[in-house]
Amino acid sequence: MFFSPLISKSDSVSAIMLKVLLALLPGIVLYVWYFGPAILVSITLASLTALGTEALMLKLRDRPIMPFLKDNSALLTAWLLALSIPPLAPWWMVVVGTAFAIAIAKHLYGGLGNNMFNPAMVGYAVLIISFPAQMTHWIAPHGMVISELTFPQQLDFIFHDVLPDSDTLDALTMATPLDTLKTHLHLDQPMRQILDMPIYGRLAGHGSEMVALGFLLGGLYLLASRIISWHIPAAFLGTLFVLAGIFHLADPAHYAGPLFHWFAGASMLGAFFILTDPVSSPTTNKGRLIYAAGAGLLTYLIRVFGGFPDGVAFATLLMNICVPLIVLYTQPKVFGKKGSQP
Amino acid sequence: MEISGICHDRNNMRPAVPVGNDNMRKLYHFHGGIHPPSNKTQSTRATIARAPLPAKLVIPLHQHAGETAKPVARVGERVLKGQLIGMPDGVVSSAVHASTSGTITAIDMQLIAHPSGLPNLCATLIPDGKEEWAPRKTIDYRDHSPAGLQHLLRMAGVVGLGGAAFPSDLKLSLDKHKITTLVLNGAECEPYITCDDMLMRERAAEIVQGAEMLRFMLDAEEVLIGIEDNKPEAIASMRAAVAAGGHQRMEVIAVPTVYPGGGAKQLIRVLTGIEVAAGVRSTDMGVQCFNVATAYTIHRAFAHGEPLLSRIVTITGNVMHPRNYEVLIGTPIAELVALGVALPDTDSYIMGGPMMGFPLPSVQVPLVKATNCIIASSKKIFPPPPPVMPCIRCTRCADVCPADLQPQDLFWFAQSREFGRAQAFNLFDCIECGACSYVCPSHIPLVQYYRFAKSEIHAREHDKQLADKARVRHDYREQRIEREKQEKADKLAAREKAAQAARLADAQPLTPQQQAEQAELETSRAHIRELAQSAVEHADEGTTK
Ligand code: SF4
Ligand code: SF4
Repeated sequence: MFFSPLISKSDSVSAIMLKVLLALLPGIVLYVWYFGPAILVSITLASLTALGTEALMLKLRDRPIMPFLKDNSALLTAWLLALSIPPLAPWWMVVVGTAFAIAIAKHLYGGLGNNMFNPAMVGYAVLIISFPAQMTHWIAPHGMVISELTFPQQLDFIFHDVLPDSDTLDALTMATPLDTLKTHLHLDQPMRQILDMPIYGRLAGHGSEMVALGFLLGGLYLLASRIISWHIPAAFLGTLFVLAGIFHLADPAHYAGPLFHWFAGASMLGAFFILTDPVSSPTTNKGRLIYAAGAGLLTYLIRVFGGFPDGVAFATLLMNICVPLIVLYTQPKVFGKKGSQP
Repeated sequence: MEISGICHDRNNMRPAVPVGNDNMRKLYHFHGGIHPPSNKTQSTRATIARAPLPAKLVIPLHQHAGETAKPVARVGERVLKGQLIGMPDGVVSSAVHASTSGTITAIDMQLIAHPSGLPNLCATLIPDGKEEWAPRKTIDYRDHSPAGLQHLLRMAGVVGLGGAAFPSDLKLSLDKHKITTLVLNGAECEPYITCDDMLMRERAAEIVQGAEMLRFMLDAEEVLIGIEDNKPEAIASMRAAVAAGGHQRMEVIAVPTVYPGGGAKQLIRVLTGIEVAAGVRSTDMGVQCFNVATAYTIHRAFAHGEPLLSRIVTITGNVMHPRNYEVLIGTPIAELVALGVALPDTDSYIMGGPMMGFPLPSVQVPLVKATNCIIASSKKIFPPPPPVMPCIRCTRCADVCPADLQPQDLFWFAQSREFGRAQAFNLFDCIECGACSYVCPSHIPLVQYYRFAKSEIHAREHDKQLADKARVRHDYREQRIEREKQEKADKLAAREKAAQAARLADAQPLTPQQQAEQAELETSRAHIRELAQSAVEHADEGTTK
């Protein structure tokens, strides 16, 4: 027996997720270009862990394994998490973070479609709270520090925590632009002088700003192919822009400008890939605007006044909690009840 | 948001058929909609043909919304073409006629074309091949009162031919509201179906005259004929008919092709900007909508004295010769299929379009007034849907919902059986168009869940009504007992009696007739539930095996 409609658009969850993965590629390519191939190691590691955990959880929950493994959603969680943590983080951190994201944040909440929180951001939050030191192993971009690790040396460090004798960790890694800014502002250095440091590049950080540009490019592709709607990126980036603009205009010596906030940290990744996760974001357009504006506000506050290096992850998680309420209060008017009669 | 009509100058000698809106009429927009492949050209290459007289006709007495018509012919009786064989019974009902002359050989329960798959009362008619007409009385509608004309339509068995088969006379009874606009629906938005398209191409003048009759009965000011712009031939032919007939304030308007733009509410919205909410009658808002084929039938009824005996049906899909046929009501679908010559891999037949149609329980069921299209189906044309995945809240469904609903929430409530919440989230505004299911990347049979939830809610409301009735009766009885208690001196004896009566009342709260009613309801409900359930289970199979 079959039921109408008998025809359907040839679209599937797995195709949608695949397109999102593809949209991450420009950013990843630029990442490799500026920071070397270590990120590919964490992406691979996270992917394998995600698929393994997914399969295990499906088995434990007595669900069909293949259709869900093929839906690409676990891979997407893995990639987003890998892109949010330092590429030189030890291998077990990637594994722990990813496994936690998939097993706890996704499957214990009911699996695909039921998770209240963005799994990748839950994984990130667990890692930054549990292992704050390792979460600072950000590689310096090419040409920024005197010594750089070769790929085999990077692997050695990721998997065995071994560095070449001549090197120290401090010489190889660098605080992120957001972090550096915070530290130097604490030392009462003027903003101008800080931003003139070579790591800041043109917008918000040598190398990292290009990666952000790559994510922006992928995000535009997602918009163009109607995988995501404009509401979340626009409201998030808009809020960030306005807030940063106001503070910057009021006190340029202490507050970085809007473009810095757009291209620093995980802004672009968050705007187009993290906040737009359909499962953990609101289903109404008005709700999406509120949700993303809230996330923009929180991101700014955490970055500027909070204790964590970046704010996107916690802003996302905090706004995830509000989603049911936001959706409830932003129900659109149904046909004939809009009062828009001519 | 409004979309302005495309302007084409009628005097401009364009080689192409003019499509668009001569008057620069402002068209309105409705939310959502989809663009499925239309698959209409296959069946519009040939003109409408008349299907040959079949060896046997099975004419259901319940082809319309409302009560089954009462059989008024006897078994063994010779009837003439157009002779009344089913008398309208009740306010919402319509007449049924012999589609040709011949002998009634049975009046019994037969399988009919209905999604429930339940049998219904039918008259079997063996044609004598003479096509001998019962006396026909043509009238000039202008000599009659609207009420008189309404009665004529009821007795001519005229019902909406767009699919719902609602008795047309009832849509013409207005109490106090002034009708400004009569909308004629020639949109025909469902894929594959072309019966209205061909009717408009070939019999435009009669449709337009039928529209004039409808305008007269409704006392409407203007007539707007909406046709989707993928039917340029129909638009041209209807425009020519309006011009040739000198009809004033009657306009043929090309509307954008989008499914479900042919839904009455959607078309009214596009043409007039008015949104008719669920549960509101469009006449309350000064507009009424009829299908073009219904207008044609009304013209036949008044100008030729012919009751509704035949209709145009598209046979298409997995057939060698897709085409439109004029077919007598009661013709077994198998006869139509034979005309189209179904290909060998055909595995079932759909009545209606691929969006809202349903599979026929058997190809032997008779064609009814609501049959607009038969699609031969095969795995190639309609491949079985991929396994169902969980909802990922992507809201593609909400983006296309013409009723501005949140289908993903309704699905969630229906699945978790929170019917109250489903209702609070406007479940009953859903027109079951299937646009949401069409786009769902998780391939969830969403509409099945909505049908299931609706049937459950209806059933519960009915139960509640019955319980209320029983309670009222019980309370009444209690009161009477109380009164008797006062009146009678022997209190003890009275109380004894009262207790006994109350016990009886508890044991038998329903009259036998109500019990029968409820039993019948239970059967049909069980069946609907089974259908919905099997869809839901079918859906679950993908995720649990
Ligand atoms: S389209 Fe399907 S998966 Fe997407 S929100 Fe609607 S029901 Fe859920
Ligand atoms: S079937 Fe109902 S919920 Fe789905 S799109 Fe149509 S009106 Fe909306």
